[in-house]
Amino acid sequence: MSVTLVFMAVLMGMVAFWLLRHTINVRPWAAESRGNLINSNIQLPATKIALGVFMAVVASLFSLFISAYSIRMSLADWRPMPEPDLLWVNTGILVLASVALQWAWNAANKGRMEIVKRAMSIAGALTVAFVLGQYLAWEQLIATGYFMTANPANAFFFLLTGLHALHLFGGLVAWYRTSARLWRGVGETAEIAKIRLNVELCAVYWHFLLVIWLILFSLMLNT
Amino acid sequence: MVQAAHDATSFVAPLEVEEEELYHAKTFIGKYIWSQDAKVIAIQYAVTAIAIGLVALVLSVIMRLQLGFPDTFDFITPSNYLQFVTMHGMIMVIYLLTALFLGGFGNYLIPLMCGARDMVFPYVNMVSYWVYLAAVLLLVASFFVPGGPTGAGWTLYPPQAISPGTPGADAGIIMMLVSLALFIVGFTMGGLNYVVTVLQARTRGMTLMRLPLTIWGIFMATVLALLAFPALFVSAIMMTLDRLLGTSFFMPAMVSMGEQTAYDGGSPILFQHLFWFFGHPEVYIVALPAFGIVSDLLATHARKCIFGYRMMVWAIVAIGALSFVVWAHHMYVSGMNPYFGFFFATTTLIIAVPTAIKVYNWVLTLWRGNIRLTVPMLFAIGFIFTFINGGLTGLFLGNVTVDLPLSDTYFVVAHFHMVMAVSPILVVFGAIYHWYPKITGRMLNDTLGKAHFWITFIGTYTIYYPMHYLGFEGLPRRYYAYGDTAFMSDSAQALNSFITVAACIVAVAQILFIWNLISSLRNGKPSGPNPWEATTLEWQTPDTPPKHGNFGENLPLVYRWAYDYSVPGAVEDFIPQNVPPEDVPTARTDDPTAAPAEGQPA
Repeated sequence: MSVTLVFMAVLMGMVAFWLLRHTINVRPWAAESRGNLINSNIQLPATKIALGVFMAVVASLFSLFISAYSIRMSLADWRPMPEPDLLWVNTGILVLASVALQWAWNAANKGRMEIVKRAMSIAGALTVAFVLGQYLAWEQLIATGYFMTANPANAFFFLLTGLHALHLFGGLVAWYRTSARLWRGVGETAEIAKIRLNVELCAVYWHFLLVIWLILFSLMLNT
Repeated sequence: MVQAAHDATSFVAPLEVEEEELYHAKTFIGKYIWSQDAKVIAIQYAVTAIAIGLVALVLSVIMRLQLGFPDTFDFITPSNYLQFVTMHGMIMVIYLLTALFLGGFGNYLIPLMCGARDMVFPYVNMVSYWVYLAAVLLLVASFFVPGGPTGAGWTLYPPQAISPGTPGADAGIIMMLVSLALFIVGFTMGGLNYVVTVLQARTRGMTLMRLPLTIWGIFMATVLALLAFPALFVSAIMMTLDRLLGTSFFMPAMVSMGEQTAYDGGSPILFQHLFWFFGHPEVYIVALPAFGIVSDLLATHARKCIFGYRMMVWAIVAIGALSFVVWAHHMYVSGMNPYFGFFFATTTLIIAVPTAIKVYNWVLTLWRGNIRLTVPMLFAIGFIFTFINGGLTGLFLGNVTVDLPLSDTYFVVAHFHMVMAVSPILVVFGAIYHWYPKITGRMLNDTLGKAHFWITFIGTYTIYYPMHYLGFEGLPRRYYAYGDTAFMSDSAQALNSFITVAACIVAVAQILFIWNLISSLRNGKPSGPNPWEATTLEWQTPDTPPKHGNFGENLPLVYRWAYDYSVPGAVEDFIPQNVPPEDVPTARTDDPTAAPAEGQPA
């Protein structure tokens, strides 16, 4: 559980630090007169904060899985499993998908919507390719007789890759909605700002899932 | 939507964050069934949670009937008994308390108390409720499948939970695990809303340190829940796979029903770690909103500012952070390393410090207050008593050496029922009596309310105090019948019967409450907008009950904290949060030595 504990300590530390910074040296009992009212909200779009909180939840989920993985790994019946080489290709594809989304984000900041469209299509295609590649890796393992019950390492492999792919599917829903908005046409400035925000959120989420995947993959290599 | 401004002449900074566009439903179904209004969703959550809670109440009465009068009721078999124990615990902790505090009170109070028009993602909020309802229905459905619901105890420990011979090991346990996973998915949608709304959608002037403690409690509990529920999710998924696909995450090699099972090498202790990594923060997920709400009830009905507001806020944050490092005190008997046990005993005792600070501050808030013994106040004071009693036995059980002999006895049952069942439920009752006038525009009946309080309060003591003695004697929990055992004195059975009678009386008395809720909808005395003369924003809405959008044309502006009660010099004994200092009527405006209307130290 030490992985989870370190993760939680960092996260709770951040929450506590942020809260203390906003609550220390404040005199809550003092009333404010009319001229001084401030808006003390976090000055970010709600969706951005929500994505941050959601990524914290997902990170918590995976850190718990990693804890379970390392505890289970220390038990007697753990056997290493063969990692299909295909996983290296898939990792490369996911990195490229992340790069493509970063490209889209940069282009969106410059307002060059044609490039955003191209980059978003490439990112989507690469992501689908990654998920298909993961499925092929599953098929390879099953064909060689390494399904879930064969070995706890396999069970974790299927479970973790499956969950990671599910989170990517969720991302693809957001990707689809952003693309639909993008292709519906860009007229007003408000619409452009919305698209820019959505592309940014997609890019951040993809980078996040890439980091998660890299951590998971390095764990699986070390069975 | 119109820009928020108190009046045209006063200067206020412009809104930096775009005001949200509300979805305006036009049909009846859009307004009340598939509603995106947080207030309607709150009521949907609350009604569902209370309904399923009543089922769990009936289950507890059946359990008590068996324990008090064994060999009397033919319809209670040993399997049934275990199933009722399990379902009672699971429903009460998760489907009632968590859902009611966060989904019910959270949805109703967060937008109103923060001065927002609604949650920031109303659509996601709506989906959250329907997923929760699906989880509840799946849970209820497990009563009707072959084999019935799971009887593994609410902790669902493997290998027992999914081994043949345990009630509900076929379908019941799977439905339980899937229902929990659904609940967590639904909660995460709601939880994102609660957190982001508090962080981002407060009205102007509502700084973090002007938030009512209710919001602080719900906010921190939501943070805990968002981070802790994944642990339950992880264990639910892995156990489902163990059960359905035959993996061995948790299942060790074992002989079951005379046959070697296919499982090999899994770790039941791993499940316990994951479960309690969720399970202990869960205690505070239920307790922190109760702490927050009770603080506001005490301040409002004692007409005094809460004692040590900042300390109360930091205590909530500290309890939240510490609650992640105490989980293994539920596992002292699992054969852990003594140093490990020492560590967890220490952290467990440390968490008593911020908790004690809160208790002292509640008592000091009452001290020399102008106490109005209204029904919500009675429940709030009842909470302080019950929480102290339950908390003190927690100090015993937190120590490894004391816990070992008391583990799995009725002492533990008495402890956690006092501290995390009865205490939060008393706050739930208090909060419903307090906010019902805002939700419906009518007061609840006072006489019925007082009767309900005294029967419930005294009743719970007659139920749970004797259980401590039974625990000392070593009476194990979760047993269907005790028969003749050497260590049990003859009077133990008499005590058990006594507890059962008390439990039945308390359970029946809840009809008073339900009847009060229903009949007051029509017959209750009209309450007006602010019957308790409270300061927080929800009592300052232009309409009671508040309409869609909460605050009419202009959002309120907040000039002060939520605890300006009995301010020296002011004419009235409360100043609402949206009244600027310039507008506070003072007693003698012509006297230059009169005390200022603001800024009394806390």
